[in-house]
Amino acid sequence: MIAKISALVGVLAVSVVAGVALGPVSVPFDVTLELLWAALTGGTIPADLAGQYHIVWDIRLPRVLLAAVVGAGLSTVGVAVQAMVRNALADPYVLGISSGASVGATAVATLGILSGLGVYALSTAAFVTALAATALVYVTSRTSRGLTPLRLVLTGTALAHGFSAVAMLLVFQAPRGDAARSAIFWLLGSLGGARWASLPVAAAVTALGIGYLATKARQLNALAMGDETATTLGVPVQRFRTHLFVVTAAMTAVLVAVSGAVGFVGLMLPHLTRMVVGADHRKVLPLAPLAGAAFLVWVDVAARLLAAPEELPLGVITAAIGVPCFVILMRRRSYVFGGR
Amino acid sequence: MRVELHDVTVQGIIAGISLHAENEVVGIIGPNGSGKSTTLRCVYRALQPDAGAVLLDGTNVHKRQDVARDLAALTQESQVEFDFTVTEVVEMGRLPHDRDPARDSAVVAAALATVDVTHLASRSFLSLSGGERQRVLIARAIAQEPRVLVLDEPTNHLDIRHQLDVLRLTRGLGVTVLTVLHDLNLAASCCDRLHVLDSGRLVASGPPEEVLVPELIAEVFHVTAHVVRHPTTGVPQLLFDQEVTP
Repeated sequence: MIAKISALVGVLAVSVVAGVALGPVSVPFDVTLELLWAALTGGTIPADLAGQYHIVWDIRLPRVLLAAVVGAGLSTVGVAVQAMVRNALADPYVLGISSGASVGATAVATLGILSGLGVYALSTAAFVTALAATALVYVTSRTSRGLTPLRLVLTGTALAHGFSAVAMLLVFQAPRGDAARSAIFWLLGSLGGARWASLPVAAAVTALGIGYLATKARQLNALAMGDETATTLGVPVQRFRTHLFVVTAAMTAVLVAVSGAVGFVGLMLPHLTRMVVGADHRKVLPLAPLAGAAFLVWVDVAARLLAAPEELPLGVITAAIGVPCFVILMRRRSYVFGGR
Repeated sequence: MRVELHDVTVQGIIAGISLHAENEVVGIIGPNGSGKSTTLRCVYRALQPDAGAVLLDGTNVHKRQDVARDLAALTQESQVEFDFTVTEVVEMGRLPHDRDPARDSAVVAAALATVDVTHLASRSFLSLSGGERQRVLIARAIAQEPRVLVLDEPTNHLDIRHQLDVLRLTRGLGVTVLTVLHDLNLAASCCDRLHVLDSGRLVASGPPEEVLVPELIAEVFHVTAHVVRHPTTGVPQLLFDQEVTP
């Protein structure tokens, strides 16, 4: 385990440096390292590197770090949600939170509401409508016996369709073509708007969430075996599922607000991790965030490079890389999530 | 440890069930839908009774936080989708206890050996046969080191040898065992006392030879039974006629 964690930390570190170096204007690796070192230690740099310093420090690094945070968060939320609703097809978006966020985001992009907030209007609106959607899903699916897996999935899926319809209506009614385009770009996920200011909240919420879930690995194992089994093993199932719902919803809302609805990471990375180390959450929870972080850093690099100077939406690339990887791994290994 | 049910009632399913068990094997028998599993679910806290109470050494199980340290259960739940290994499943039995890695792995290894599944330790739980799974789940319950063991159809999926093994084994643990059994002859040979449920009510209680009489079998199960004595153990065993009594 220690070896696997160290290896992934190494991969992530290299990925971050590579992510900063690569782009439409590529900065040589040694220069990237030198500039990062100078920035971190407060050293000085030659005047002719000022332009590259601006690219590395002000533009690329926050974006790459945000990619790592979003990848780590979505991957971990995917693990938790799949255990919470005991469903192999669940991902962070199955609870309708991202669709809720898309209503706010598209409203900003197409109607220009909240324009007083400037560049933060989109994130703010997405976050607010994501929270509203979360509350609605919670209230609708709650029964006298608490949240049950099937009701959560059904309610989330049904409401997600409703929210998506509203978002699509907004896009369709958009007066300007570029407004519709930017709305769709957001819906498919993008880190183009990443700034240092978007990092602290997203990083803090993600770190807290991962920390909480990592302490609950054994309880997640028990929950994965069934509610009755978890009860007999001393897990207070109703309370635990409510906590999981709140934690995963908060993480998803924050991540979606800064990056849009990046698809596939939260569905696939949990499965990829399980294919390597099995279903035990004590092993999956430390590895899934690291794998997700490295994965999304490279996805974002591809988003910047493949059609440069244009950018591609992240969701297109996560699917393009993820689907084949997933199919190959699934065929090669005897992976049996979902029964035989 | 003493388990007591006092007038346990679940609306529309069971009414006023009172029974107890203490350091013995107590069986609950009855036809399909008579409320056997519901009764057990109240004991292992999957269900809160509408009235009445389940007590463990005098304390209500629904008012205690750490019941799982004293009470383990084998439930009928079986739709597992996650691909845990056998060892990981059995390790879950240690969840209620404070962590102690050395002792935990010793207890898990012993539990695997007890039900004779050590050779399956690193196998995928989902790849096992029904009988193997059942034994692994019993190993998990044993790893929980309970003082009360609640078993819902523990012999499901097991061949005759493993049925006898499991029942002998649970007796050998020396803890209070409360078990639902379908097989009346198995119940007669392995339980100290039996309780009979019919339509959610307790209709008979006592040692097997007092409970398993043709009149009661006819009334509750609607079949004609003949009681014979087991030639070596002397335990009552039932033989059934083909015709169903009205």
